[in-house]
Amino acid sequence: MASSSTVLQFHPSATIVSARVQPVVLFNICDSYVRRPDQAERVIGTLLGSVSPDGTLDIRNSYVVPHNESADQVALDIDYHHNMFSSHQKVNPKEVIVGWFSTGFGVSGGSALIHEFYSREVQNPVHLTVDTGFRNGEASIKAYVSVSLSLGDKQLAAQFQEIPLDLRMIEAERVGFDLLKTTNVDKLPNDLEGMESSMERLYALIDDVYKYVDGVVEGRITPDNNIGRFIADTLASMPRISPAAFDKLFNDKIQDNLALVYLSSLIRTQLSIAEKLNTAAQIL
Amino acid sequence: MANPMARSFLQAVASEEVASPLRVVQMEGLTVLKIIKHCKEFSPSLVTGQLLGLDVGSVLEVTNCFPFPIREEDEEIEADGANYQLEMMRCLREVNVDNNTVGWYQSTLLGSFQTAELIETFMNYQENIRRCVCIIYDPSKSNQGVLALKALKLSDSFMELYRSNNFTGEKLREKKLAWVDIFEEIPIKVSNSALISAFMTELEPESPVSQCDYDRLNLSTAPYMERNLEFLIECMEDLLSEQNKFQYYYRNLSRQQAQQQAWLQKRRQENVARKAAGEEPLPEEDPSNPIFKPIPEPSRLDSYLITNQVANYCNQINGVAGQSFSRLYLMKALHDN
Repeated sequence: MASSSTVLQFHPSATIVSARVQPVVLFNICDSYVRRPDQAERVIGTLLGSVSPDGTLDIRNSYVVPHNESADQVALDIDYHHNMFSSHQKVNPKEVIVGWFSTGFGVSGGSALIHEFYSREVQNPVHLTVDTGFRNGEASIKAYVSVSLSLGDKQLAAQFQEIPLDLRMIEAERVGFDLLKTTNVDKLPNDLEGMESSMERLYALIDDVYKYVDGVVEGRITPDNNIGRFIADTLASMPRISPAAFDKLFNDKIQDNLALVYLSSLIRTQLSIAEKLNTAAQIL
Repeated sequence: MANPMARSFLQAVASEEVASPLRVVQMEGLTVLKIIKHCKEFSPSLVTGQLLGLDVGSVLEVTNCFPFPIREEDEEIEADGANYQLEMMRCLREVNVDNNTVGWYQSTLLGSFQTAELIETFMNYQENIRRCVCIIYDPSKSNQGVLALKALKLSDSFMELYRSNNFTGEKLREKKLAWVDIFEEIPIKVSNSALISAFMTELEPESPVSQCDYDRLNLSTAPYMERNLEFLIECMEDLLSEQNKFQYYYRNLSRQQAQQQAWLQKRRQENVARKAAGEEPLPEEDPSNPIFKPIPEPSRLDSYLITNQVANYCNQINGVAGQSFSRLYLMKALHDN
C-alpha cells in the first residue's frame, strides 16, 4: 500500500552548508560584467573551487561563459565552457566546478535551466548572484543551492534555497584595501611607508584606549566590563621582563641589526669600488 | 596635390615610429589579485603567467592575465603549453578581454629573479611586441605586510648589447653600461573600475586594524634575514669565482703579450742579421704561431647579473633591518610606558 502511493517530497541536496567567496572571484565577475557584450543584460559563468569535508564551499576561481538569452530559452556556449575548464584544470587540477554565477538581483526564470545544466556537470551546484545594478541600494551577493520537489520519481520543480555566504576577504587584507577600494592608486606603498601608516594606526588605537580609560576614571563614560577585560588581557599579554633583561635583549637585537646593515653597506661599497676598478683595469 | 598629402602621410608614419618611453604600468586590481593567487598557491615553486592589456602612449595598461601551467621538460608537453596559451587567448577574446600580450609575470623567492633566463624570455617577448614588461611578485614578502610587486624592463642600451652578444669590457665601457643599468624598474599604478570600488566599499567596512598591520608589526624577522644572508653568501661566492675567471684571463693575456714581445724582438734581431747578410727580411707577423691567437674574453654578463643580485639582497637586508629598528624602538617605548 505504502509503496504504491506516490509521495510529494523535497529532496534536500544540502551537503553544502555555507560558501566562501574569494575576492578574486568577485573582481572577475565585476570585470566581466563591465566587459559584457552590448546587448547582454547579464553575464553568467562557471565557479571553480573545492568543498571541504565540513560542508563549506570555497569558491576560488571563476570564468565567464558566453550565452544568449531570449524570453524563454537560454543558450549556453557549452564548448567554450568545456575548453575553459580543461585549460583551468591544467593549471590547477585541484579546482573543480562547484557551480555557476550570474549577475543581477536574485534568481530569475532562466536560472533553473542553467542550473539544470550545471547539475549535470557536478552534483549540487551552487548558484551565486551578484547584484551589479545595486537594485536595493546595496551590494547584495547571494548563494543558493537547489532543492528539487518531486512527486514519486517525477521531478516537478526546483527550489532555490539561500545558503549563508562568507565574504571575509583574507587575501585582500594582505594587499590592503586602500589599493582595491579606490579607483586609482598612483603608487604602491613601499616598506617604510607601510610601516609608518601601521604605526600611526597603532598610535591612534592606543590613544583611543587612553581616552576611554581616562573617561572611565573621571566618570564621564559609563564603564563597560567587556572592554575593561579586553584592555586588561591586552596589557597582560605583554611578557614581564625585568628592565635589565629587557635592555640586554633590546641592545642585542639592535646590535644584530646594526651588524647586518654594516655588512650590507660594506658589500655595496665593495661592489661599486670593484666596478670602478674592473673598468679601469681593462685599459692595459 | 597628392604629393604633399603622401608626404604628410609618410611623415605621420615616421613620427609614429618614435614611441614615447614607457613611464607607468597601470594594473587592474583584478590582475593584482590573480597574480597573487596564482603565485601564492604554488609557492615556494616558481610560476609564470601571461599579462594581457593595452599599450596607451606612455602608459601600459595591464587589464588581465592568465596563469601558465607548471612547465615540464618534455617536448610534447611544451607543444601542449603553446596550445594552451592560444586556446586561453582565444577564449578570453570571446568574452571581450583585451587580448594583446603585454608581457608576463613570475613569482620569485627573496627577489632572486635576475637571471639569464629572465633576460632571454624578455628578449623573446620583445621581438614580438614592442613594449613589454615583466611583473615580479614575491610571495615570501607578503608575510611581512609588504606588497612586493615590481614591474621591470630591460634598458634599451642593454638590449642592444645583448643582441650583438658582446659583453667584453671594452664594449661595456664604450656604452657606459654599469650593472645597475641592466634592469629598469617602472612605477606601478593600480586602478579599479567604479563597480569594483563600490562593491569593496560596501562589503568591507572601514576597520581600524588589518592583517597587514599585524604582519608589519611582527617582531620576528630572523628567518627572513637568515635566508637572505644565505643567498647573499652564495652569490658572493659566485661573484668570487667570476672574478677569478677574469684574473685568470688577464694573467693569460699578459703572459701572451710578453711572449709576443719576445718573439718580435727575436724576429727583429734575426732580420737585422739577415739584412747584414744581404737576405730578404722575414715578415714581422706570423698568424700561424699559436701565441698570436687571441684569447677569448669571458662574458661579463654573468658577473653583472650576480652583482645585481647581491645589490638586491643588500637592499633587502637594509630595508628589513631599517624596519626592524623602528619596530624595536616602538617596542621599547611601549615597554617603558
